[in-house]
Amino acid sequence: MADPDWNPWRRLLALPNESRTKTILVAFMVASVCALLVSGATVLLRPIQDANRAAEEQIRIETLVSGIPGMADLLAQAGGTLSTAVIDLATGQATTAVTPDTLAAALADTSNWTALSSDADIAGLGRRPNFAQVFLLRDGADISLVLLPISGMGYGGRIDAFIALRSDMNTIAGITVTSHSETPGLGGRIEEAAWQAGFPGTELRDTAGDLRFAVARAQASSPYEVDGITGATRTGLGVTGMVRFWLGPDGYGPLIQAIERGEF
Amino acid sequence: MAERVDFWATLTDPLIRQNPVTLQILGICSALAVTTSLATALTMSVSLTVVLTLSAVIISLIRRHIPESIRLIVQIIIVASLVIVIDQILQAYFAEISRSLSIYVSLITTNCLVLGRTEAYARHHTPLPAAVDAIGNGLGYSMILLLIGGIRELFGRGALFGWPVMPLADAGGWFTPLGLMLLAPSAFFLLGGLVWAIRSLWPDKTEAPEHTPLPRTRPAE
Repeated sequence: MADPDWNPWRRLLALPNESRTKTILVAFMVASVCALLVSGATVLLRPIQDANRAAEEQIRIETLVSGIPGMADLLAQAGGTLSTAVIDLATGQATTAVTPDTLAAALADTSNWTALSSDADIAGLGRRPNFAQVFLLRDGADISLVLLPISGMGYGGRIDAFIALRSDMNTIAGITVTSHSETPGLGGRIEEAAWQAGFPGTELRDTAGDLRFAVARAQASSPYEVDGITGATRTGLGVTGMVRFWLGPDGYGPLIQAIERGEF
Repeated sequence: MAERVDFWATLTDPLIRQNPVTLQILGICSALAVTTSLATALTMSVSLTVVLTLSAVIISLIRRHIPESIRLIVQIIIVASLVIVIDQILQAYFAEISRSLSIYVSLITTNCLVLGRTEAYARHHTPLPAAVDAIGNGLGYSMILLLIGGIRELFGRGALFGWPVMPLADAGGWFTPLGLMLLAPSAFFLLGGLVWAIRSLWPDKTEAPEHTPLPRTRPAE
């Protein structure tokens, strides 16, 4: 009779496949190797994916601006680039403490985020950053276009977008969706130009100053509405919520007031 | 294992004679969704072939130590991990194509073709024949995808790989694109036509009818 093998690895392999120990150990090892593989790939490739996403966002912003009538000339006058500023959302003023380059690092710190109470949190975010990078297009000293990054929960996950406002701070000039995870063919159609074409000219507030913007259930029936997408009610509600949240008092409200007062 | 494997037959069988899509009707879901253009069809084909080959080799390597009771779960976990890795690589290096494929890359996990080959072949063979079989099946799948993708893009957009082949009518040419070709049903029609063509050319592929219709009788009064 052969000596019992001292090598635990070989003893494990020699066990019958049906033994409970081997079943559990094989399951555990397969799971750990796969977990290592998946997390390794995710961690190693993240910087490249982030760079891709940033480049994509830049392209979306440029197409958004050049798609708005009259803005391409202004953009060319301004040297082809938009001016940018990091805004302290609570005061609506540009901040010097955080620059566009250090924004990502600042937002990695949870102390730079504000938790939202459930009735203020109409975009479903839970918390919002204290700083945001906005883009401005000026005609001489006057602001002719503001691009604001907005985000909110849709049906399948978070929707990130840029919304462009005209100089009156009440008329939407355009919108572009930079990332979303809505159902392809239904809510996913928010990234299509055909749907986004409903936004230009839509107004945010009525004469009393209340936010009236909404994605309609079907066809838009007032100047404050854009057409809904059939079969994507929750996505539409998500977009309504995120526009109302970000242009309301907890979002860019202070910034919009500051621009209206001409302080910007 | 002294058994001799005919590598050439293993590789070429799945191309037409045992084609996984047209004969075994596996992996249809993704074949419908990603064949609107040649570029997406090609990316999907390459991803699937890579996942299929790698998972076949890995499962064949550990085939003697997979407990019978959890073998499906072990196989699916290996396939799913490989799919996630491929998806991440696509997102990093082929961002544009990855966006147009959206969720269909992750759905390779549930593609019955992958599990079918690992379960039916890789589990009983050494890594080399398993890899050859996987590549053969991957190529068989790719061939159908590229064929359908090519037809759909050619007639739906008048282009191949995004390059205009037939001048479009709204750009002053003579070709009016067939919008139907870009919708999912057209893939069904094309696939059905392909299955019919293959089974008419090689009648031995035709399945025996499962039911024979009852002989006609006079209706009861």
